[in-house]
Amino acid sequence: MNAITNSSRKSKSYRTLRSARRQVPFYFMMAPGLIFITILFYIPMAGVIIAFKDYSARDGIFGSPWMDPLFKNFEFFFKSDAARTVTFNTLFYNLLEAITVTLCALALAILLSEVKNKVVSATYKGSILLPTFLSWIVIQYILFSMLSVDRGIVNNVITGNGGEAVYWYSEPSYWRFILPIAYLWKNVGYYSVLYVAAIAGINPDYYEAAQLDGASNWQRIKHITLPLLKPTIIVLSLLWVGKLFNGGLGDWNGFYTLPNDSGALYPATDVIDTLVFRSLKKVNDYGMASAVGLYQSVVGFFLVLISNYIIKKKDPDSALF
Amino acid sequence: MLLRKLHFSTLAIHLIFIALSLACIAPLLLVVSISFTGEHSLMLDGYHFWPQKFSTAAYKYVFSGASSILNAYGVTIFVTAVGTLLHLLITSMLSYSLTRPEVTHRKALTFFVYLPVLFNGGLVPQYILLTRILHLKDTIWVLIIVYLVSTVNVLIMKNFFRTIPDSLIESARIDGSGEIRTFFRIALPLSKPSLATIGLFVAIAYWNDWMTASLYIESPKLRPLQYLLQSLMNNIGYLQSNAQASQSMESAIGMLPSEGARMATCVLAIGPIILLYPLLQKYFEKGLTIGAVKE
Repeated sequence: MNAITNSSRKSKSYRTLRSARRQVPFYFMMAPGLIFITILFYIPMAGVIIAFKDYSARDGIFGSPWMDPLFKNFEFFFKSDAARTVTFNTLFYNLLEAITVTLCALALAILLSEVKNKVVSATYKGSILLPTFLSWIVIQYILFSMLSVDRGIVNNVITGNGGEAVYWYSEPSYWRFILPIAYLWKNVGYYSVLYVAAIAGINPDYYEAAQLDGASNWQRIKHITLPLLKPTIIVLSLLWVGKLFNGGLGDWNGFYTLPNDSGALYPATDVIDTLVFRSLKKVNDYGMASAVGLYQSVVGFFLVLISNYIIKKKDPDSALF
Repeated sequence: MLLRKLHFSTLAIHLIFIALSLACIAPLLLVVSISFTGEHSLMLDGYHFWPQKFSTAAYKYVFSGASSILNAYGVTIFVTAVGTLLHLLITSMLSYSLTRPEVTHRKALTFFVYLPVLFNGGLVPQYILLTRILHLKDTIWVLIIVYLVSTVNVLIMKNFFRTIPDSLIESARIDGSGEIRTFFRIALPLSKPSLATIGLFVAIAYWNDWMTASLYIESPKLRPLQYLLQSLMNNIGYLQSNAQASQSMESAIGMLPSEGARMATCVLAIGPIILLYPLLQKYFEKGLTIGAVKE
């Protein structure tokens, strides 16, 4: 009796040992990834306490004294005009981008699906996809070639027709149009091609049946294509909801490079991320930069939770967690 | 009647896409045209879609070694190549292991990988960590480390590795292959299409990155291409916004790369993307079907 329990205990511990040994190579393979995730994401999470500190490089994060009062960095930010400006701009441009990109991409995808010649269709796709792969610095150069006051192609045309040169880089109100157009130009190809792939996945039987019933083009789009694309549209939009507080829906560099980081244009071009970046790079204002960063992270946290909660209800496969 | 209507709508679709294609390509041609225009002509005539006076002086200057562009090219190529390879290696090893049933804590570990999607510490803590604690400021490694892992890419690769039949891994094990060897000899070769798609996107991210260099790089020798471009543009911006200062700085202008050379640098920064473009487009569309392209 005793001997039996003894041997079964032995085999159990032997099994755990064997399982542990089998896992060693996997942990060896996971180690670099886990280490870099810790360095890049987890340690900075603990670093958010800088927002409550009077940071000095000499004393380090933990050695620096606490702010008195604790929320002084936040108070300074929220009492400034900048808080209102960057929050408004971030949300304004994000909503505008989400709406324009979705509508244009859907329209283009539906039209593109009507082009049956494969070579022609691939050429169109290739052309409208090109801006997606360009850096915001290259786009800054392109925009400058067009809008430069004395040499730009736009002013060339205006002055050529007897008009007066426009100072694009000194008047904020122009940028309320320039920035959304630039973001649409860069992103619309990407989402068009994505929706084309979704349309290609629709069962052709639906369209054949519709044709037999004598449905018009518009009826087919309205009653087959759009309803079947709805899940994709919803999931993409909800992923954007999680990024509503991130400049450019997570791709904010354009807000910094396109206006040449010009101070005169900040009222119309500054978003949360550009403010953080500038405070850190130019002013070395760690307190302000980290307070604004934390404000963004906390709101972002709730937005991601909300969007994920809804996605999980609508389409569990697309949920992140 | 029906036929004519059909023709009209097809024609309209083609016209729309020809116009859009031009709108996407022409701005690039403008930059190319400026880079091939003589400096004097740029001063007199401004920018045009076709060089008013054709000249290759800008490219001669760029390749003469007088500018720091060739060095920046080297930095960018090194960072892109090493960064992309390491990213793919780290990502695939991690996501493969997270799908193996032998790893008892894989659920908890997967959660550990997901969590940063929810909350991120932001730029400042990362800046202090990389500069004050890891002392990576002004080293080439800082340009690589920032994009070494991406949660989303781990998820995509994990979904892919899940589709590899377990019997394949099991039979390799029976043949006496160790786990790491099985990964490199069997799992990795099977994942080539997803690796290619993710690799191309990671490579583009490294190639187009200027922000990291702008925050962490001071030494001119370590400047990557995009950051060099940005510094050159800031000089234009400075001269533009200070019309009076620019007059007194005329001697200084001689030291700055000429306008054509700036645009030539820009063209060289786009060059590889255009050259690899057919490949890019192919894997981008492939990625749509394997779910690799999802923001």
